[in-house]
Amino acid sequence: MSASAVFVLDLKGKVLICRNYKGDVDMAEIDHFLPLLMTQEEEGLTCPIMSHGNVHFLWIKHTNLYLVATTNKNSNASLVYAFLYKVVEVFTEYFTELEEESIQDNFVVVYELLDELMDFGFPQTTDSKILQEYITQEGTKLEVSKTKVPTTVTNAVSWRSEGIKYKKNEVFIDVIESINLLVNANGNVMSSDIVGTVKLKTMLSGMPELRLGLNDRALFALTGRDKGKTVTMEDVKFHQCVRLSRFESDRTISFIPPDGESELMSYRINTHVKPLIWIESVIEKFSHSRVEILVKAKGQFKKQSVANNVEVRVPVPSDADSPKFKTSTGHAKYVPEKNLAVWTIKSFPGGKEFLMRASFGLPSVEKDEMEGKPPITVNFEIPYFTVSGIQVRYMKIIEKSGYQALPWVRYITQSGGRTAMLFRYSLLMYRERDPSFSHREKLFKIRTSIYPIVFLFCFLSFRLPTTE
Amino acid sequence: MLSVMFRFHVCAGEIFELKAELNSDKKEKKKEAVKKVIASMTVGKDVSALFPDVVNCMQTDNLELKKLVYLYLMNYAKSQPDMAIMAVNTFVKDCEDPNPLIRALAVRTMGCIRVDKITEYLCEPLRKCLKDEDPYVRKTAAVCVAKLHDINAQLVEDQGFLDTLKDLISDSNPMVVANAVAALSEIAESHPNSNLLDLNPQSINKLLTALNECTEWGQIFILDCLANYTPRDDRESQSICERVTPRLSHANSAVVLSAVKVLMKFMEMLPKDLDYYGTLLKKLAPPLVTLLSAEPELQYVALRNINLIVQKRPEILKHEMKVFFVKYNDPIYVKLEKLDIMIRLASQANIAQVLAELKEYATEVDVDFVRKAVRAIGRCAIKVEQSAERCVSTLLDLIQTKVNYVVQEAIVVIKDIFRKYPNKYESVIATLCENLDSLDEPEARAAMIWIVGEYAERIDNADELLESFLEGFHDESTQVQLQLLTAIVKLFLKKPTETQELVQQVLSLATQDSDNPDLRDRGYIYWRLLSTDPVAAKEVVLAEKPLISEETDLIEPTLLEELICHIGTLASVYHKPPSAFVEGSRGVMHKRLPAQGTESPDVGNVAGGSAPEAAPSIIPSQGDLLGDLLNLDLAPPTTTGPPPPTSGMQMGGMDLLGGGLDSLTFLLWYPQVWLPAMKAKGLEISGTFARRAGVIQMELVLTNKAMSVMTDFAIQFNRNSFGLAPAGPLQVLTPLGPNQTIEVSLPLSTVGPVMKMDPLNNLQVAVKNNIDVFYFSCQYPISMLFVEDGKMERQVFLATWKDIPNDNESQFQIQDCHLNSDAASNKLQGSNIFTIAKRTVEGQDMLYMAIKLSNGIWVLAELKMQAGNPNYTVSLGTRRDGEQHY
Repeated sequence: MSASAVFVLDLKGKVLICRNYKGDVDMAEIDHFLPLLMTQEEEGLTCPIMSHGNVHFLWIKHTNLYLVATTNKNSNASLVYAFLYKVVEVFTEYFTELEEESIQDNFVVVYELLDELMDFGFPQTTDSKILQEYITQEGTKLEVSKTKVPTTVTNAVSWRSEGIKYKKNEVFIDVIESINLLVNANGNVMSSDIVGTVKLKTMLSGMPELRLGLNDRALFALTGRDKGKTVTMEDVKFHQCVRLSRFESDRTISFIPPDGESELMSYRINTHVKPLIWIESVIEKFSHSRVEILVKAKGQFKKQSVANNVEVRVPVPSDADSPKFKTSTGHAKYVPEKNLAVWTIKSFPGGKEFLMRASFGLPSVEKDEMEGKPPITVNFEIPYFTVSGIQVRYMKIIEKSGYQALPWVRYITQSGGRTAMLFRYSLLMYRERDPSFSHREKLFKIRTSIYPIVFLFCFLSFRLPTTE
Repeated sequence: MLSVMFRFHVCAGEIFELKAELNSDKKEKKKEAVKKVIASMTVGKDVSALFPDVVNCMQTDNLELKKLVYLYLMNYAKSQPDMAIMAVNTFVKDCEDPNPLIRALAVRTMGCIRVDKITEYLCEPLRKCLKDEDPYVRKTAAVCVAKLHDINAQLVEDQGFLDTLKDLISDSNPMVVANAVAALSEIAESHPNSNLLDLNPQSINKLLTALNECTEWGQIFILDCLANYTPRDDRESQSICERVTPRLSHANSAVVLSAVKVLMKFMEMLPKDLDYYGTLLKKLAPPLVTLLSAEPELQYVALRNINLIVQKRPEILKHEMKVFFVKYNDPIYVKLEKLDIMIRLASQANIAQVLAELKEYATEVDVDFVRKAVRAIGRCAIKVEQSAERCVSTLLDLIQTKVNYVVQEAIVVIKDIFRKYPNKYESVIATLCENLDSLDEPEARAAMIWIVGEYAERIDNADELLESFLEGFHDESTQVQLQLLTAIVKLFLKKPTETQELVQQVLSLATQDSDNPDLRDRGYIYWRLLSTDPVAAKEVVLAEKPLISEETDLIEPTLLEELICHIGTLASVYHKPPSAFVEGSRGVMHKRLPAQGTESPDVGNVAGGSAPEAAPSIIPSQGDLLGDLLNLDLAPPTTTGPPPPTSGMQMGGMDLLGGGLDSLTFLLWYPQVWLPAMKAKGLEISGTFARRAGVIQMELVLTNKAMSVMTDFAIQFNRNSFGLAPAGPLQVLTPLGPNQTIEVSLPLSTVGPVMKMDPLNNLQVAVKNNIDVFYFSCQYPISMLFVEDGKMERQVFLATWKDIPNDNESQFQIQDCHLNSDAASNKLQGSNIFTIAKRTVEGQDMLYMAIKLSNGIWVLAELKMQAGNPNYTVSLGTRRDGEQHY
């Protein structure tokens, strides 16, 4: 059904620690893993599933480690990967950093965890908060009297222990959005969507029952109310604590939250995002001599708003040298190790337009290999500004002891993680003796629209009504 | 700590030291010593010599120490089975410990000690733990049953653990239910016929309830289990779907994929005009799209599955093209998969966007990706006719870049475009010819040569171009050689005057100087054609070519259906059935999608071709042998599509009366792989059966996939139902080198020893070579046993027909057969089924037919057909004496 054994290898393919769950695959098979991977890397065609004879390796890489699961059955591959990532998550929570050292230093705990995480190839308890209740780093803590029945493990509510107490009962809600956007070299937005997450930091006593209200269009349509702006969520994913069937029937988000920090839900919104900062660029490459870059950035948001920490990252050829910059505002620098020119503007008011010029020298001998054309990226944050318009309308907290609890909410829009944006541009190439070379003053206008990575920060926390 | 251990080499002295420490009185010291032992074990040192000392530490109330000792036991028990017995007592004791953690730990570890001797001691503790009051212990014990079953299946059955496990499905705790389901599924997978997971509406209901409450992993176990169930009707199917859809909102991608699997399968049963069907289709798209923002490995699994889903139900994702656009930082395996799906989704509506994207990709740096992008442009041209012109001009732009591999790829796809749209884009040939010299890959060279040959009359210097290729004829790959040969012959037929010398040159190169039989054969055929009848040669060589189809790499429908049932698993990632890569799963049921509106399970079974052992009700119980025969060979072809060629006998029926037979005078059976190379140390055997001129032939294709030469082949059959035996030795005279293939034809006789097999047409074969003896079994078409002298006198027929007891008679419908009675009878005669009489009653044609089997049994048939109705009714019967034979 799933993994027969799980291995943690270092980059040289040496087994740091392993656990044989089913015993139907020879443990020595792992010796084939790295050679296989090397062959694939040489061909430039790596694949997360490899096989040798009738043994299949499913692997992921984390820092300087390979986590590999072996199987000889028709296993559920998505389950195996989800499990391997869960293992990374649990180990990271235990050792702060998961790497070769931390595995070697904590092998006893790692064995204990591997024993508890999976049994005979079936993933079991993978919630690190619950695991920490009965598998602790200091073995001495775990004396006989202390090892209580891990009720939570088998409870229907397997993510929250009973008997949690706080003096002050509070919930912090972070709404974090990042945007996927693709703009082609002609300045057309090819695709855009918003990926948002709602994160909770719960500091509540007992077993509270929470209900979260959003300005979800489907919900309003269902209840027939119209309270102004609503948001259509294309797809929603919930933490296992949320009652999915309840959401399916009446769009109510009700749950008993895990203690501390957790990701309650994520959603995807397909609306067309208006590019908040419009960027045009001209990049000219004169073979064997130099590259000239002209970037114009224009704030396309309200005049009253200000974008902070704007960062425009322009890729340059890897063999460029002697950078020269001229900017109308902010400052620019060359980051040779990343082959980037980075232009930073601390504060960018709406409606304004700024320019940067850069030129780089190129060696007279051109290198043979082709270079890719990585996109231009921009980071910035705009306070008091929401992209999707999603709002937390209320958070109901009910606990049988009847305490008063305070919910706080803030909205953050950021990018990073797996949401990437593609911004393409055309590169004007000139060769010496190229007819276009002499006419280069006739500037081609190449527009590269750059939709920046948005950092919307709502610095104020709003007190929310606890009832509808 | 471990870094300290690295300096610690296990030599005799150290073992001694550890021994002393392990036997120390101080608890702390003991624990540290065990830790050291485990550390040595982790870095791969052999510390098995300390077994007794470590086991002595087992009796401790320190949980951490206990865990370490257990860990040690798991690793070394197998190498020291006798000493492992020492641990049994402690296990038994620990299973009664007041602390449930320890009880669970003991029962979990016990199952991991794979020593047969121990297992019997474990039954009692396991039985207790299965009924433990603590759910944590119960859920661990449930898994332990699966472990024990893996070691000693008989023991588990004898002890009745399976029933206890089944009871746990009704447990109050969802986690226990989930683990019980997982354990049962695991056991059922290795014993496909055990019918363990006796899924019925009640148990399904229990599972669906537990689904809402258990952990994410439990949900996956339950969903995967649900996917094996076949609902009775569309209403039940719909209600299950309704209760599974909320899982699509789960944060865990694996839960989502398993839910998609269940929905894709059960959807098959819903009537398409149902509102709910449309709703469900709409609900499936968003979660699939969201999977693309998961971790890259999960994305990869999702994409491979989306590839299947798009082929099965293109409507789900037809508007989602944009999400499959490649990101510059996607790993290569994700990029290639996305590209594949983009092509599948390409349509007239979105082709402009797709082309713009593909052109962008073609300028990237990753060679494999660029190649695939260029190829994709060509496929778009073939798929969307309106876009062909733009595709061609895009390809021409790309050729102008002069990037070697781009040019070659472009030429290969342009050849396909010419095939699809002949005489439309010849103007580009000039540009192509400019790049002749830069082509160094066989596929591109072959494509270019094909183009030159095909359009020789429009290329002034075609002869020069081809002549330039001819110089290095023997260094070219076969593909190029064949193409060159054909192209020059085409050229000769088009411009006979100037090219006589050239054609003679190529023909002599191909026929006299080449070792390649394909090339020689083709050369001779051309030569003879040209020398005997040039007009005929022209007709053959320059014949109009059939257009190539739009979708070239679609997965074959039956395989697709099977793969849909395996969504999320390795099979769906490899796009291969599990039997192709999992050992021991041959003969396991092929999963099939349920047919829409299936009312009775019997019909479903026959239609699915999946359960030959379940005798449908139309078979008389008494004549079981004959029943088998009739059922197997003439099961009606169904409307759900042809059964998979691997699933057995339905093909026989198809061949006999379906459209399959044409005018063949012998029966060709679909070649199948009987013995995969994996199982036979590199020897792969595939083959078919045929009947030629009254002799049954077994056609074998032996392929050597190993590194060494194979010799000394021999073959033998086990006793079988019809006494088939090799009539001569296996004629493999030359040794079979690595990667060589040889075809052998083995005449069979029917005078060998007889034993009834199940299924009837099963044949067990042993093949020996210098390496080993290999066994496999295969099934042969009953029709090859029909003998030529099967004609019967009318009177005899009549008498026999009357003699047949009713019980020995059976009836079928054969659907969609568009033949009139004469054509049918002619066709059937080709396979030795003889029409004895024909009469027409009330617009119905009745054909009376006789078949004689090689062992002398007569089978009589009556075929009713109505003009205009493509469905035939067949009644079959045999006389009792046929059975007395056995």
